[in-house]
Amino acid sequence: MTIRLAGILIGLAFTAVLLLWSLVPGVLNFSLPEEAEYEAFYEPNVAPEGGFSFEGPLGKWDNQQLQRGYQVYKEVCAACHGLKYVAFRNLGELGYNEAEVRALAAEWQIGDIDAKDGSDIERAGLPTDMFPEPYANVVEARAFNNNAVPPDLSLMAKARPDGTHYIYSLMIGYTEPDPEDQAESPEFETPSGLYFNEHFHNINIAMPPPLTDGVVSYSDGTEATTEQMAQDIAAFLTWTAEPQLVKRKQMGWFIIIFLIFATGLAYLSKKQVWADKKKK
Amino acid sequence: MASTAEGSQEGITQKGVRRRDWIHIAALSTAGVGGASILFPLVSQMAPTKDVLAASTTDVDISSLEPGQSVKTSFRDQPLFVKRMSEGEMEEVAAVDVSSLRDPQTLEERLGANNAEGILVQLGVCTHLGCVPLGAGEGESKGEYDGYFCPCHGSHYDAAGRIRKGPAPKNLAVPEFAFTSESTIRVG
Amino acid sequence: MSFAWANQYEPKTAFTKWIDEKLPLPRLVYNAVGSGYPVPRNLNYMWNFGVLAGFCLVLQIVTGVVLAMHYTANADGAFASTEHIMRNVNYGWLMRYAHANGASFFFIVVYLHIFRGFFYSSYKAPREMIWLLGVVIFLLMMATAFMGYVLPWGQMSFWGAKVITGLFGAIPFIGEPLQTWLVGGFAPNASTLNRFFSLHFLLPFVIAGVVILHIWALHIPGSSNPTGVEVKSESDTVPFHPYYTAKDGFGLGIFLIAYALFVFFLPNFLGHPDNYIEANPLSTPAHIVPEWYFLPFYAILRSFTGDLTIPFLGTILIEAKLLGVIAMFGSILVWFFLPWLDKSPVRSGHYRPMFRIFFWILVVDMLVLLVCGGLPAEQPYVLISQIATAYYFLHFLVILPIVSQIEIPKPLPYSITEAVLGKDDTEAAPQPAA
Repeated sequence: MTIRLAGILIGLAFTAVLLLWSLVPGVLNFSLPEEAEYEAFYEPNVAPEGGFSFEGPLGKWDNQQLQRGYQVYKEVCAACHGLKYVAFRNLGELGYNEAEVRALAAEWQIGDIDAKDGSDIERAGLPTDMFPEPYANVVEARAFNNNAVPPDLSLMAKARPDGTHYIYSLMIGYTEPDPEDQAESPEFETPSGLYFNEHFHNINIAMPPPLTDGVVSYSDGTEATTEQMAQDIAAFLTWTAEPQLVKRKQMGWFIIIFLIFATGLAYLSKKQVWADKKKK
Repeated sequence: MASTAEGSQEGITQKGVRRRDWIHIAALSTAGVGGASILFPLVSQMAPTKDVLAASTTDVDISSLEPGQSVKTSFRDQPLFVKRMSEGEMEEVAAVDVSSLRDPQTLEERLGANNAEGILVQLGVCTHLGCVPLGAGEGESKGEYDGYFCPCHGSHYDAAGRIRKGPAPKNLAVPEFAFTSESTIRVG
Repeated sequence: MSFAWANQYEPKTAFTKWIDEKLPLPRLVYNAVGSGYPVPRNLNYMWNFGVLAGFCLVLQIVTGVVLAMHYTANADGAFASTEHIMRNVNYGWLMRYAHANGASFFFIVVYLHIFRGFFYSSYKAPREMIWLLGVVIFLLMMATAFMGYVLPWGQMSFWGAKVITGLFGAIPFIGEPLQTWLVGGFAPNASTLNRFFSLHFLLPFVIAGVVILHIWALHIPGSSNPTGVEVKSESDTVPFHPYYTAKDGFGLGIFLIAYALFVFFLPNFLGHPDNYIEANPLSTPAHIVPEWYFLPFYAILRSFTGDLTIPFLGTILIEAKLLGVIAMFGSILVWFFLPWLDKSPVRSGHYRPMFRIFFWILVVDMLVLLVCGGLPAEQPYVLISQIATAYYFLHFLVILPIVSQIEIPKPLPYSITEAVLGKDDTEAAPQPAA
């Protein structure tokens, strides 16, 4: 009885503190958060027409697309963005054979030390090397890029909500502000040094538009439109973030079908065991 | 309990009993298969990882090796000895009666084909229990046969890395290698 | 312990006899989860979650030990070693996803287990000790899960560690030195990571120890059941094996299907994208949220927005931060007092019309808190979580004691057998020595 009385008193006192000192001032000063000016310009992520080949429970990589995406990364993104958790040997998973992987790795320059005197040298990449970092350190990265450090791209597709579509949307999001929104917020203006991107959460992004039609020329004859390259780089970065994606889903099917079968048997077995204990 | 046990026996036909058993056996064996297959990833995760398996070749520059001189480097996390054998060493090694050796190998077998320069490539791992033998560095003990000596348990190897005395059962291992140019070899 | 009619373990072969003399482990298992443990025959599927929670603990320990073989508890290498596990270790991605989602599923199972206890008043005499040990297990789980989430050393790991250890800074006088001591520095650093790894490895085994006590305490009065009527005669019970092993086997199958769907098809659904960004002590993520299973308590923490002051004088008695911390810890500590707050003689919610309504309000209330905890700390979510927090405390401290006093329960069945079969033909057997 004492415990219950104490409980009731403590409960009432505690609730009173909450209601009178936290809730009441909150109600008196109630105001919904104001929408920042730029939020009107924001457009949610979009998906390319037809989606990506690896989406859905039965999705598979499109190796041709991943190879094109690698080309976009190498010729466009790599100038500023690293891919430090990926090794050249991993490119073998994109359908390149061993000799091709070796040749692709050799196209990159890797910092190393001279075997004789220990001085800094650059040598051709080997399959076992990781993708090189574009900058020596964060300070240099910041100094070269107007104070905005270009993030590493290895995990970008998992480091943003709905990452694959985010990358694709960001690549095609360098548009002009919608005139209607602009009319409503005439003050709004993209600061110099930043670029308007309707799919970026802050609208103004430090990265200049990376893709323009024909900035790379695809060896497989695909036309290098901005839209096409955006899809390819989004696919490639999805692969770098989650190389085991397709294997994982295939394994999942196998395991779930097995589990359904096993659970069905377990149910029948349970029914048999309980047959004589249930109400007849 | 006695009554529940009897209760479960009563009123069940011979056919019923058989069907019941079949279901339990099937359910239990399926669970057994499932449980056993969990072991596969649990065991295989301890096998060498992909990056370890991939780091499988080592390039060695042999241009600056003088006859009789060795260079120590590493191959697959193990010490690698690369030596340019001197003429004297090769003559001495070739003069030994191969059939008298514990692990009979000729000099040609030690050096591999197309190796006129006498570049001897071997793992610096004693075949007894894995210590690093002495003899590849300047001023190290070369043992009684003017080659390598393992200080851990006293195995003596000759200049071609063949076991001559002591507990080691085999000659020093020779990994696969190839000349990629006049001045470099690629091991692995 | 147990009932007079429980099956007795009888070793049959010479070998099992020899074992039984030297170390009666088979006998222990037989009496704990074998044919020797009589269990009420009317348990519904809500009673599966105890065994499932035990399964989750084993699953987490096995996958965790495997991950520890590859993980580096070092501020410079922890994030990279997690990626090493995902990319290079054979089936490393499977182990990591199984462990990360395993934590979530462990909490789902345990929450269902706890709410089963709320509805059927499993905490009431003679089962208070089982309940108290269960709350201890839950607290240990929370500590373990929190420290585990820090280990990948992503942005959410780091800022989660900073915010949660910051709670201790709210304690008057000793708060700040205590916080500095807990993290081994002024902000989470290499020492914090290392000690969290050590404790994250240790605590699951402590949990396993308390689980053994929990089951031991359970076997003294035996399991409760959906009617809340105690076992009267042999016809009320069935042996655990094969009846409940079969039922738990089926339940485990259903659990594994749901779990596998997440591990293989939605492995990052319950995680946060920011944790794939390496920890950066100089940049806070826009919106810090803990893992979903902490969200109701996080909402309670945040709902105290005003200092407790003396009206018109403005002297601060208790700061809002401290109030929030007291409320958050209090919201779980209050469970320790449940057996003495709810004095209704009837256990099962099925026979308590008034209690049942409040129970379902509590369920909705917890879900509201869960949603609010994941939303930004701005209006109207703050207001909603304040009301939900108020209900939470009123429910346990005020409503339960009063309801248990004034409620008129529905008539109870005579026995479990009657509840199942509609009649109980057994003679009024003498009360078993429990």
